[in-house]
Amino acid sequence: MVDLTALTPCSGLLPLRKGTVTLSELDPGRITSLMPFGGQRAALSAALERAHGLGFPAPGRVTQTEGATCLWTARDQAFLMGPDPDPALADHAAMTDQSDAWAVVLLAGEDTEDVLARLVPIDLRPAAFPEGSAARTLCQHMTVSISRRAEGLQIMCFRSMARTLAHEIADVMASVAGRRAAG
Amino acid sequence: MRLTCPICGDRDRREFYYQGDAAMLARPDPAAPVQDWADWLHLRDNPAGRTRELWYHEAGCTSWLMVERDTVTHEVFSVDLVERVDAD
Repeated sequence: MVDLTALTPCSGLLPLRKGTVTLSELDPGRITSLMPFGGQRAALSAALERAHGLGFPAPGRVTQTEGATCLWTARDQAFLMGPDPDPALADHAAMTDQSDAWAVVLLAGEDTEDVLARLVPIDLRPAAFPEGSAARTLCQHMTVSISRRAEGLQIMCFRSMARTLAHEIADVMASVAGRRAAG
Repeated sequence: MRLTCPICGDRDRREFYYQGDAAMLARPDPAAPVQDWADWLHLRDNPAGRTRELWYHEAGCTSWLMVERDTVTHEVFSVDLVERVDAD
């Protein structure tokens, strides 16, 4: 059998550092989308709590525990990231495996919000978008999921757009770094 | 132009897709005469003033929204979910 080498979505593109900002790739582990069946949201949240120790997130929020994250991604949809999903969740939600379908990157450093202010039409400064916040929005023309982690801002886009995402952000990082250098 | 999505909050117009007059929600009875169906599908007013429209939060939460706004002053009076958040 042919032994294939697995490549990450941003393989060969990241990490990058310009000025005060670093763009690096994250390994999200297993990604499973959870879409609760009609009337099952509370039951799904309870099942998640039992199996993985975290609840189904409210809109615009992330729930987290050691080794697992549940990220709100759309109306009645969240991504369980990290662990293999407990089969019992299937009683309450439609589940699809999204692993390897997403490019997941971390933007961190002092000018992070200034970089994204040129690409994203929402306010991502910590006062407006504190840790535990999540949003579906745009990065230039691409739809993305953005959430704040302790280390910085996590940005997710479709894997097929990984090169575009890295390119767009890298361009702006250079521009913001240039501004800072010019004083 | 900005719209306040009931789920996501205040967002830029770029995140939304404009569908058209909210008349699409008033679907005729299946047994209604063909003329009623043709009118529902094809006939639209083009008012200068207050309108009710359907917008889709395409790059956000993916909700369909009913937006009431004024096409002359651009004032937005209300943004509501077409399907209530507690529909389930």
